[in-house]
Amino acid sequence: MKIAVVAAAVAVLAGIGLSPEIAGATSPKKEAKAERSASPLSSVLLQQRQARGAYLARAGNCIGCHTAQGGRAYAGGRKLSTPFGTFVTSNITPDKATGIGDWDEDDFWKALHEGKSRDGRLLYPAFPYTEYTKITREDSDAIFAHLQALEPVVQQNPPSQVASRYDFQPLLTLWRAAYFKPGVYQADPTKSTEWNRGAYLVQGLGHCSACHAERNPLRGMISRKGDDKLGGGQIMGSNWYAPSLTSSLEASTAGWPVEEIVQLLTTGISPRATTSGPMAEVVSQSLQHLTKEDARAMAIYLKSLPETQSHQQVNPPAQTEQVQAWLRYGARIYKEHCQDCHGDSGQGAPGIYPPLAGNRSVTLTPPTNVIRSVLNGGYPPSTAGNPRPYGMPPFAQVLRDGEVALVLSYIRNAWGNRASLVTTAQVDKSREGITER
Amino acid sequence: MRQFISLLFIAAALSGVSGVMAAASDGIAASRAAPVTVPDTMAERVKPCTVCHGQADRVGRDAYYPRIAGKPEGYLFNQLRDFRDGRRYYRPMTLLLANVSDEYLREMAAYFSGLRQPYPPPEQVISSPTEIRQAQKLIQQGDAARNIPACIECHGKQLMGTAPFIPGLLGLPRIYIAAQFGAWKNGGVMRGQASNCMSDIARQLTIKETNVVAAWLAAQPVPENADPVDVLPPEMAQRCGSIVQRSADR
Ligand code: HEC
Ligand code: HEC
Ligand code: HEC
Ligand code: HEC
Ligand code: HEC
Repeated sequence: MKIAVVAAAVAVLAGIGLSPEIAGATSPKKEAKAERSASPLSSVLLQQRQARGAYLARAGNCIGCHTAQGGRAYAGGRKLSTPFGTFVTSNITPDKATGIGDWDEDDFWKALHEGKSRDGRLLYPAFPYTEYTKITREDSDAIFAHLQALEPVVQQNPPSQVASRYDFQPLLTLWRAAYFKPGVYQADPTKSTEWNRGAYLVQGLGHCSACHAERNPLRGMISRKGDDKLGGGQIMGSNWYAPSLTSSLEASTAGWPVEEIVQLLTTGISPRATTSGPMAEVVSQSLQHLTKEDARAMAIYLKSLPETQSHQQVNPPAQTEQVQAWLRYGARIYKEHCQDCHGDSGQGAPGIYPPLAGNRSVTLTPPTNVIRSVLNGGYPPSTAGNPRPYGMPPFAQVLRDGEVALVLSYIRNAWGNRASLVTTAQVDKSREGITER
Repeated sequence: MRQFISLLFIAAALSGVSGVMAAASDGIAASRAAPVTVPDTMAERVKPCTVCHGQADRVGRDAYYPRIAGKPEGYLFNQLRDFRDGRRYYRPMTLLLANVSDEYLREMAAYFSGLRQPYPPPEQVISSPTEIRQAQKLIQQGDAARNIPACIECHGKQLMGTAPFIPGLLGLPRIYIAAQFGAWKNGGVMRGQASNCMSDIARQLTIKETNVVAAWLAAQPVPENADPVDVLPPEMAQRCGSIVQRSADR
């Protein structure tokens, strides 16, 4: 395995030629630093900057990763598990000993923009600096001002545990050379201000491609075609697939009214789609707090993304007698357990109980997410726009794996839906994998 | 989208198999079918809960799913928040509640707290007279030598709880009570990661004692008026400061 990874990295490097770190080009100038510290901001200005920083930190969902389940906000300690090991988020409250109380704006910029810690250590890309590098210096400083104004929390987090067969620092150097280009977002002058704002938020602070992009073993992004960075991907170490935002078979919103995209992003639910799992968390912790203008800008940018081919293969079953018998069995389970909410023809109650007919989340391949939905159930996020959502019961304790497979195969092939059958083995594998949130 | 659907129709028509045709014409039905009508009630919103915590017809003696109807609101809210935040461990509930806000959890707690469902009859448990005496002593008097207050001090004279944070002890299955003690004693992985007045007491008791107490409690009938009525004595409230305070900061 190790050999394969190294070989792959080397091969990629050979392809692009060993480009040295380009980070040096953006290292902050000494004079600028002196200037900033020489002119202390008036307290009103400082407060404004902190408030802006608080807003931007929401848009970047820093709190989501930097807070352990039930732990103190921003004190870190959340564990992100991947096949490479378990990465532990840092304490970014201004405690001097265990947080970033000793940091200055330049140190902070170096982390966000270049992915380097204060002592120069290369940070693990589980911290999405590959996206945050697009954040402007002004926004970075504002976020820093906000973090420094928090109450310091003394909390020493355990170190990340990288699988011993990977020697990470040299690999990281290779990986960065291949996949990481530091650089602030550059506006496209042919597009509107609103579009550019949306692009800045989606590509940078919102770090959507951290999940919605296929990742190679070191979480690099495979650009299949040009700049396709939102082409969908299995989220490492979890049983969730983040669908492509550029494929109409998956989660492209090109054909939607802008208002519906805004509704989905800020309330977590819309007539055609409902957020769950990690996406529900992104909505509840981050996107629901966006201003109307920013949410709209994001929607306009998302809607404009050109269609790319989905790598999912629509592989509907041949209608043999055996298959028809299975689907009839699935239909019986549906009638007994699901129909009350999702309707006799999968029509649901849009905005309350998601329709299953014509729902791309249902037909998505791999079927990872639907298996999860049925095994674990869930509530869409409580948001200001949808504070008391209706929920879906977990069926892991009610149905056997085979039954889950049958009912899923049925809903993926009823009411005009067409997709591959779900096997018992796939369901079984999902049960095992349900160890992380 | 429209285009996508019509593509499906073409695909279906081309493959020309009756089953697929049936599916496709269902598709037309789906687009015309009136949306499911959904009552705007809490009962509808907590349907995911009642799969396990059954409504009236499922109040029976399921060993694993405790009844939640009629328990004090503050207690239920604390439990829900603890499950969501990983302080009390039962994975299906943690996953289910992951994105539910505090306000909404409070509403769910209020809803279940206000439900009145019949209690199950007492369990038939065989205990020796010594065991019964031992249980009664702990419950009515506690054990001052080990700094264990009587259960009734906190759980009320009728053992039906004290509003709003302390649950009743009658009408609970023996196996559930024993499991809770196990959870508190085992270093709090399952319940009460942060120690509180109840986990402190549980750790003082021997396994024998907890089994005896669980057996005795499960064998008692639930009194007519089963509402938590008593008020928590100030000393006990102080002892349970972490629970009382955590609920106060909303
Ligand atoms: C997807 C999860 C994730 C998100 C979102 C995230 N971080 Fe992090 N962050 C991490 C991880 C993991 C580390 C530790 C990386 C390491 O140790 O190499 C980290 C490290 C850091 C560090 C370096 C700390 C140090 O001691 O070197 C800073 C600063 C930081 N994050 C700031 C932020 C800010 C600001 C945001 C929001 C704009 C943010 N993070 C959002 C996962 C995340
Ligand atoms: C932590 C990982 C993660 C991040 C970050 C993330 N997403 Fe998602 N997203 C998912 C997953 C997983 C799904 C599939 C589950 C679902 O349908 O809700 C999803 C689904 C979606 C959907 C389709 C919803 C549906 O049901 O059809 C859209 C649209 C979307 N995300 C947009 C975004 C945008 C825009 C951003 C950046 C602001 C973003 N996502 C950031 C993980 C993520
Ligand atoms: C009590 C009502 C209820 C019942 C019964 C129910 N569901 Fe759901 N279902 C929901 C709700 C609410 C959601 C949205 C959950 C979320 O966003 O986390 C949902 C989501 C789903 C999804 C994901 C849809 C999407 O857009 O992401 C699938 C698939 C699904 N249900 C299938 C089923 C199947 C199969 C059954 C029967 C075995 C079933 N449901 C029973 C209410 C219900
Ligand atoms: C899959 C089954 C299941 C579902 C669904 C479920 N629960 Fe539970 N619940 C349990 C089990 C099992 C326990 C006991 C866990 C333990 O022993 O610690 C429990 C415990 C509780 C408790 C603590 C009871 C006490 O006396 O300490 C509350 C409150 C609760 N659940 C409320 C809910 C609510 C509200 C919902 C819906 C949002 C829900 N549960 C959904 C299985 C479930
Ligand atoms: C100092 C006050 C106090 C005393 C004395 C006390 N308890 Fe408790 N008990 C509590 C509190 C508070 C809770 C709720 C814990 C929580 O919120 O997690 C509780 C919860 C419980 C529960 C869980 C009920 C459920 O529905 O899950 C059981 C069982 C229990 N106590 C048994 C006992 C027994 C038996 C005794 C006597 C040996 C006792 N307690 C003495 C305060 C007390």
